[in-house]
Amino acid sequence: MFSKLIQGIFKHIDSFLISCLLFTLLVGLFVLYSASGQSFNRVSAQLINIGVALVAMWFAANIQPQLLERVAVPAYILGVLLLIGVALFGDISHGARRWLNLGFTTIQPSEIMRIAAPMMLAWFFARREASPRIRDFIIAAALLATPVILIMKQPDLGTSLMITASGFYVLFLAGLSWKFLLGGAVSIGAMAPVFWSMLHDYQRRRIEILIDPTQDPLGAGYHTIQATIALGSGGVTGKGWLNGTQSQLDFLPERTTDFIFAVFGEEFGLIGNLLLLILFSLIIVRGIVIAGQAQSTFSRLLAGSITFTFFTYAFVNIGMVSGILPVVGVPLPLISYGGTSMVSLFACFGILMSIRTHKKLVASG
Amino acid sequence: MAYNPIQHHIVKLPSWRRRLLLICILLGFAGLFARGIYLQSLHKEFLQQKGDARYSRTLALQAHRGKITDRNGELLAISSPVESVWASPPDVKITATQKVKLGQLLGIKSKEIDKKFANLQRGFVYIKRRVSPDLAAKVMSLGIPGVFLQREYKRFYPAGDVTAHVVGFTDINDKGQEGFELAQNALLSGKAGSRKVIKDRQGRIVEDLEDVKVPQDGHDLVLSIDRRIQYLTYRELARAVDLYKAKAGAAVVLDAKTGEVLAMVNLPTYNPNNPVNIQGKTRNRVITDVFEPGSTLKSIAVSAAMEFGDFKPDTPIQTAPGYMKIGPATIHDTHDYGVLTVAGVIQKSSNVGASKMVLSLKREELWSVFNQLGFGSRMDIGFPGQASGRLRPYKSWRPIEQATMSYGHGISVTLLQLARAYTVFANEGELMPISLLKIKDAPVGHQVFSAQVANDMKTMMEQVVLPGGTALKAQVAGYRVGGKTGTAHKLGPTGYEKDKYVGSFVGLAPASNPRLIMAVMIDEPTTGKYYGGTVAAPVFSAVMSDALRMLAVPQDAPNNNVVIPPDVEDVKEAI
Repeated sequence: MFSKLIQGIFKHIDSFLISCLLFTLLVGLFVLYSASGQSFNRVSAQLINIGVALVAMWFAANIQPQLLERVAVPAYILGVLLLIGVALFGDISHGARRWLNLGFTTIQPSEIMRIAAPMMLAWFFARREASPRIRDFIIAAALLATPVILIMKQPDLGTSLMITASGFYVLFLAGLSWKFLLGGAVSIGAMAPVFWSMLHDYQRRRIEILIDPTQDPLGAGYHTIQATIALGSGGVTGKGWLNGTQSQLDFLPERTTDFIFAVFGEEFGLIGNLLLLILFSLIIVRGIVIAGQAQSTFSRLLAGSITFTFFTYAFVNIGMVSGILPVVGVPLPLISYGGTSMVSLFACFGILMSIRTHKKLVASG
Repeated sequence: MAYNPIQHHIVKLPSWRRRLLLICILLGFAGLFARGIYLQSLHKEFLQQKGDARYSRTLALQAHRGKITDRNGELLAISSPVESVWASPPDVKITATQKVKLGQLLGIKSKEIDKKFANLQRGFVYIKRRVSPDLAAKVMSLGIPGVFLQREYKRFYPAGDVTAHVVGFTDINDKGQEGFELAQNALLSGKAGSRKVIKDRQGRIVEDLEDVKVPQDGHDLVLSIDRRIQYLTYRELARAVDLYKAKAGAAVVLDAKTGEVLAMVNLPTYNPNNPVNIQGKTRNRVITDVFEPGSTLKSIAVSAAMEFGDFKPDTPIQTAPGYMKIGPATIHDTHDYGVLTVAGVIQKSSNVGASKMVLSLKREELWSVFNQLGFGSRMDIGFPGQASGRLRPYKSWRPIEQATMSYGHGISVTLLQLARAYTVFANEGELMPISLLKIKDAPVGHQVFSAQVANDMKTMMEQVVLPGGTALKAQVAGYRVGGKTGTAHKLGPTGYEKDKYVGSFVGLAPASNPRLIMAVMIDEPTTGKYYGGTVAAPVFSAVMSDALRMLAVPQDAPNNNVVIPPDVEDVKEAI
């Protein structure tokens, strides 16, 4: 009886995926403890975030993909409306307008969009699966551009880039033609000098520093320089847990959130670095397998988008911390401190699990 | 599994796209890993160095500078701990009230504080150096982040300007600038230690690493100076310089038996505790300035004649008619003394008599005496700025030069060289080495004259201070003393200057068994009096009178031995 209950509860949880996720989370908690200057408060706050995220994942895993397909359009419309609400009535903090006060709670609609945008596009292409035409891609691009532009205006470059990526993956997997991809790339390349000439000097300077942080070692480049120093100081084997001098001594900025990988790299070295990349790879491979075995176009596109977006998060974050990508505000998934992003990430993993576990029902039914 | 045409269709189409993305992912992670290899193993050392530079600091631990004492352990220079207040401008967080209080405590204007804190590029600026530990504690109790203390030592000179030229002083970095502080800087300063620490971004010391080098404190230095005699000499020299409105003055007192310098005074002087506006006052004239000694050299030249020639103290010398021609030049006495004994030549300071005696010597004989006495060469006393004086090689001497050297012209010496030369008269003809540091063992002398000649000269020099001599004012109550006066025109850029004189006196006391030798020089007295017997001899008398009693030297004369005829005010001396 009891075991049946347990079985019922975990019926839709993918054991391989959850093992990888929980192990990575555990690593993350250790790093967070070190990065926060050994603060139990920070760690317990993160534990609460994880708890909420796991509950969100469980709910998502137990929702049938068909139901998700049905709520895709309303969720997208609601998300866009909320983003418009933010643009009109949002609270300003740290110079950005991202939060919407609903009276009883504040929400960050861009986080909803992380899931709603790829869902919407997946829904859109599921309707046109036989052979999507150019016109369909133009409509899809417009559907994607609406929330992206709203979020970019907040401004939140990191999130808007990630949503763009997640939408792009849907388009790509849905069969976006090479001519389109190539044409898009060429036109962006052609537009760049024109765009550049339209910028103010200070804006150009900002972009230059974004590309080469050493131009402004005390200002915008400080983060990247400190982070590469922390990584390099770690060496192959790392300085050991809690022994990272750059991170422990307050030299690293934002070391519990966007730059937590620098702390990790300093304390666990190249070996830890490799281990983390392997963990991420396992999660991604599992996601691709799930996407490959998905039994509807909607679930396949959504699972693929979720998986590749997860990769993009990890790649962009590690790339920016180790100084090969410009600094945009993207957290390291599963490791960085933060509630909202953790919950939306696990909701996505829940959807992956749902796609995995519900396909048998569809197949046998 | 039932066949599902839709499923078949949808899985087939994008599989190569998925693979392409998978390859992208692998390449992406491989790129990240490659970057990791670059940063964490290839470029590691550079980055680790940079990292270390950000947090590890090597703090200097100042060694305690050794103290300088006189021969009896009296302090002449000592270091006391002080604090310097400094700041790391990027870390400073200061409120307006804190700034006002900081300014009040340290006596700095707010504007100046702002200026110092504005220098954000620098991690270290002094706010105020060398404040008392009390005041420093008050500054720190303001609790301003980014403001720190640094322990330093301030040098303090209890004897101040009295010993300034011997002891010298240090600069704000505790480095010797003059005198023994400079000469023995390495010995005194010891070796600074260091402490490696880890600091966080706010500059707080987080952890002491084990890498501590304990500083080696500097060695103490015990000088040969006797602070009491130094004070005495200073007081009396200052009185004479003041009385005769002289440009400068110098005096040195030696222990006659050991050659140790018991006092060395120069005027003008300066305060080493606050060395400002010291231009031209820091010269230790006793050893750095050379002058033509005049007749004080006569006792040496006459001794040389007695050593190598056939002269006894009672050998008669014809000095009439009071002058003597050698080639185109003429040597003068103040008046015609007629026939004088050798003793008379010394007592009256007859240039003609001394010249006649010296001209009977071979040039190299006189030169060898001067050379053995150390004229023309530096002494081995480890002191900066020593002058050697000038003794030309005898081969270039003309007879007139040999003659004038007998009364101290055409040769230049330092006052210390002159005083040392007189040790031969206190040690039966042996010259003693000079030491500015206290010595333990009696030094080995160098025989320059026979004991007979040296003792004869000592006896003859006693005549100089008695009626009929040139230095009546050198007499000391209760002690027999001997000495020789000197008065010379100063040597200017174009030859001897007509109205600029150096009056000097070199003497020893007590004459029966000399304990002290003193040389005094008054440079450019301007009141019209300039004879050594007038301006310099009284300094000798006053210092000896007190110093001999202070050292409990047994008297060798009754207390009423001093005879100064009332009509003899200013005994003339040949120049």
